[in-house]
Amino acid sequence: MSDLTSLTVAGALSKLKTREISPVDLVQAYAKKLEENQKYNAFVTLVVDDALAKAKDAELKYLNNTNRRLEGIPLGIKDLFCTKGIRTTACSHILDNFVPPYESTVTQNLLDDGALFLGKLNMDEFAMGGSNETSYFGPVVNPWSKDVPLVAGGSSGGSAAAVAAEMCAAATASDTGGSIREPSAFCGVTGIKPTYGRCSRYGIIAFASSLDQAGPICKDVTDCALILNSMAGYDPKDSTSSKRDVPDFSSFIGQDIKGLKVGVPLEYRPDGLNPEIASYWDNAAQILKDCGAEIVNISLPHTKYALPAYYVIAPAEASSNLARYDGVRYGLRVEGNNLDNLYINTRTEGFGTEVKRRILIGTYVLSAGYYDAYYLKAQKVRRLIKNDFDNAFQKCDVILTPTSPVEPFAIGDTKMLENPINMYLNDIFTVSVNLAGLPAMSLPIGLSHNGLPLGMQLIGRAFDEATIFKTAYHLERGANFVRM
Amino acid sequence: MSEYVIETEKGKWEIVCGLEIHCQIISKSKIFSGAPAEFGDEANENVSFVDAAMPGMLPTLNEECVHQAIKTGLGLNAVINKYSVFSRKNYFYADSPQGYQITQFEHPIVGEGKITVDLSDGSSKDIRIERLHIEQDAAKSIHDLNPTKSYIDFNRCGVGLMEIVTKPDFRSPEEVGAFLRKLRSILRYLGTCDGNMDEGSMRCDASISVRPLGSSELRQRAEVKNVNSVKFAMQAIDSEAHRQVEIYESGGTILQQTCRFDPTTGGTKFLRLKEFSDDYRYFPEPDLPPLILSDELINKIRDELVELPDAKKSRFVSQLGLTPYDAAVICENKEVADFFETAAHGRDAKKVANWLMGDFFAMLKKKNLEIAQSPVSAENLGKLVDLITHDVISGKIAKDVFEIMAETSENPEKIVEEKGLKQVTDTSAIEAIIDSVIASNPDNVASYRAGKVNLLGWFVGQVIKQSQGKANPALVNKLLKEKL
Repeated sequence: MSDLTSLTVAGALSKLKTREISPVDLVQAYAKKLEENQKYNAFVTLVVDDALAKAKDAELKYLNNTNRRLEGIPLGIKDLFCTKGIRTTACSHILDNFVPPYESTVTQNLLDDGALFLGKLNMDEFAMGGSNETSYFGPVVNPWSKDVPLVAGGSSGGSAAAVAAEMCAAATASDTGGSIREPSAFCGVTGIKPTYGRCSRYGIIAFASSLDQAGPICKDVTDCALILNSMAGYDPKDSTSSKRDVPDFSSFIGQDIKGLKVGVPLEYRPDGLNPEIASYWDNAAQILKDCGAEIVNISLPHTKYALPAYYVIAPAEASSNLARYDGVRYGLRVEGNNLDNLYINTRTEGFGTEVKRRILIGTYVLSAGYYDAYYLKAQKVRRLIKNDFDNAFQKCDVILTPTSPVEPFAIGDTKMLENPINMYLNDIFTVSVNLAGLPAMSLPIGLSHNGLPLGMQLIGRAFDEATIFKTAYHLERGANFVRM
Repeated sequence: MSEYVIETEKGKWEIVCGLEIHCQIISKSKIFSGAPAEFGDEANENVSFVDAAMPGMLPTLNEECVHQAIKTGLGLNAVINKYSVFSRKNYFYADSPQGYQITQFEHPIVGEGKITVDLSDGSSKDIRIERLHIEQDAAKSIHDLNPTKSYIDFNRCGVGLMEIVTKPDFRSPEEVGAFLRKLRSILRYLGTCDGNMDEGSMRCDASISVRPLGSSELRQRAEVKNVNSVKFAMQAIDSEAHRQVEIYESGGTILQQTCRFDPTTGGTKFLRLKEFSDDYRYFPEPDLPPLILSDELINKIRDELVELPDAKKSRFVSQLGLTPYDAAVICENKEVADFFETAAHGRDAKKVANWLMGDFFAMLKKKNLEIAQSPVSAENLGKLVDLITHDVISGKIAKDVFEIMAETSENPEKIVEEKGLKQVTDTSAIEAIIDSVIASNPDNVASYRAGKVNLLGWFVGQVIKQSQGKANPALVNKLLKEKL
């Protein structure tokens, strides 16, 4: 039975269609895995019984040939997506009793395509973190951990770990500065953050509105295309969602990349770059070259300003987005003897340290007298970074970089915890993409000498996920990474 | 220009005043959500998830509100900005569930404009408009239902507002009153705001400072809030100006402060000091793209604009021969102007205007009715004037007919017919009455003939009285003179 959980979504769908397996079998297999792998703390809410009931309906649909494109596929949903009737907390104490009376557009799209939800996935509180250690429900344990428990990456640590440990067929995730890609790299799975505006943000608990974007974390590139096909699309309920047609991403899988220009940015190879990661990067370039692609050197000169700009803009928006958690209408309420104290008590108890830190930073950079020096300056940097990419894409079609400068580290790593900047530095290869609104994928390239997965990132032009899928498929084949 | 000078033993002062007026936009739904923008419903009846700032909810701009703002901008002879930007104004209060208000800050939808106001001395003055921007209204806090608790009605939360800001052009309370009436009139003509200050759909804050007459300095201003009628606005400005003069003359200084108008005393009450300007940490709203308007849309709205009070007034003066004063009174209210045009159609407009502004308005006032509820229709009022013009009835009888019309809503022709009120123009019938009057008053006849010619009026009265008012007064006059 457990073999079923090793099936990719594509694999499962073909067996479901031939009735070789049934949706109920599939859910039961995952239910067993969920049981076995509780130690990873990947899920914070389970609704397996509900999934089983729906699997029976799905079974009927296969029998009478009314099955939809993801009929009976058991998914895990990042706890940032509001799911009607299922507790949704953003892994924050301030929302730990919140049950939304509405469904996010992305999860609704998946439901409409017949997908089943097994439960809600652990994450950094309000998606703020790079190691899943800021979750109110505790850190996710990387399934690749050996002696010491390692972080799964963040903020979508639960999504990446659950897919890696085969606790769900695929997962939704979100990415504000690398939250899909970094945990994907850390857990040896594949995740794509599509272009800003591809997926509706309606019903996704906001962290930084101009950067947040939903995407899937899956077992491979093909599955990412299948799941993203369902998640993406224009939504009138999100004014920033794009009206552009969503192509069938699956159709690009297997297309050749002869003559494709793959850019390698100079600035992503600082002197101190981990030599193992540098060498995998070279291997990746070679794989693509062997497939007929051309490797070109490109420059993204403002890269070094991306991280500081990101850590101004994202907290600024977050400080405002999180103002609604005041204890008045939903979620945690800690009484006070007047309105101000109700706010203070609720927010003091409800938010964790990292969230508070970012609210403080954000409030500070938007304050009168500091706005120009920080927020406005950061917006200018953002424009320059976007220009960098525009210029680079004159010379190449897709950009290849490592996903993270480090391999998964230990939970509670003192270096990371004593100075938040060290944690923020892990985002160095991912944040530029969010600032520029571009699509980017992380896929596993190999294992470090410690036997831990490392990821490569492919960055595409805006709304050109197609080229990423095309390229990634060849890289995936060349890397021949063996999942857990 | 109307002179308004505060004169004391120590000197002469003038005021400098500017207004900020919040006008609720007439629209079917709220500005950023689909909830109805209706009033008078049960508390918290018209509240969407967006209005309640539930997690993951996003604003979407209601185009109707944008059209209303453009229409209003055109009505204020103002520049329509084709590029405008929404911003967040961050503050914590129970009436602001998001923790911020979506408004426009640096780039409002409407730029500079002007309104011409007519003053009692027959002069007129242009009041310059600084800007108009659109934003969401706050919820309504209700503090008087419970001694220890405040209640919040979210029905108003998210209703569209236009904030109109004037330049500091006002030099007298009269100008402020004239401006508010004119603005209200324009808004009602346009149908963009119902302008009911007492119900809060139009709210006025005034910034007031004083300075020695003839000086061009701008002194510290005080902001007066809560003036919910034109009368109160005028009172508030007058009393605040006097308060400031008193302070200056007794050697004091004015601190930047907010006051509240108290309608019971007619004075202003100190509310709070504004030592430090509030820091609202404005930044561009990342959930809404900039608002781009096409020339096509602006021109379409311009072409569909109704005739505004100023244009109507000058047409009534030039084409219908009304005095500017009468025209201004009639045009202040669109329903009145429409009623007048219907009644005056094909008739002597001045006569109709006299009737309208005289007996007709008096009747409405006495019965406490709006013009739409008038028992006397515009057509019937016109017919009544016809009856007078064609000498069917006298002006005096017409007043009696009008009273019957006010009670029964009857057609005046029918009333005159049924009650036999037609004027007697038969010379022999009148002569008979004259003869009898002369015969029975020999003393007065003698006095008249002896030179007391002003007794003629008495004779006319006697004859008309005996004819039960039906004798044509001009004819009576003529025949009496002959006989006497």
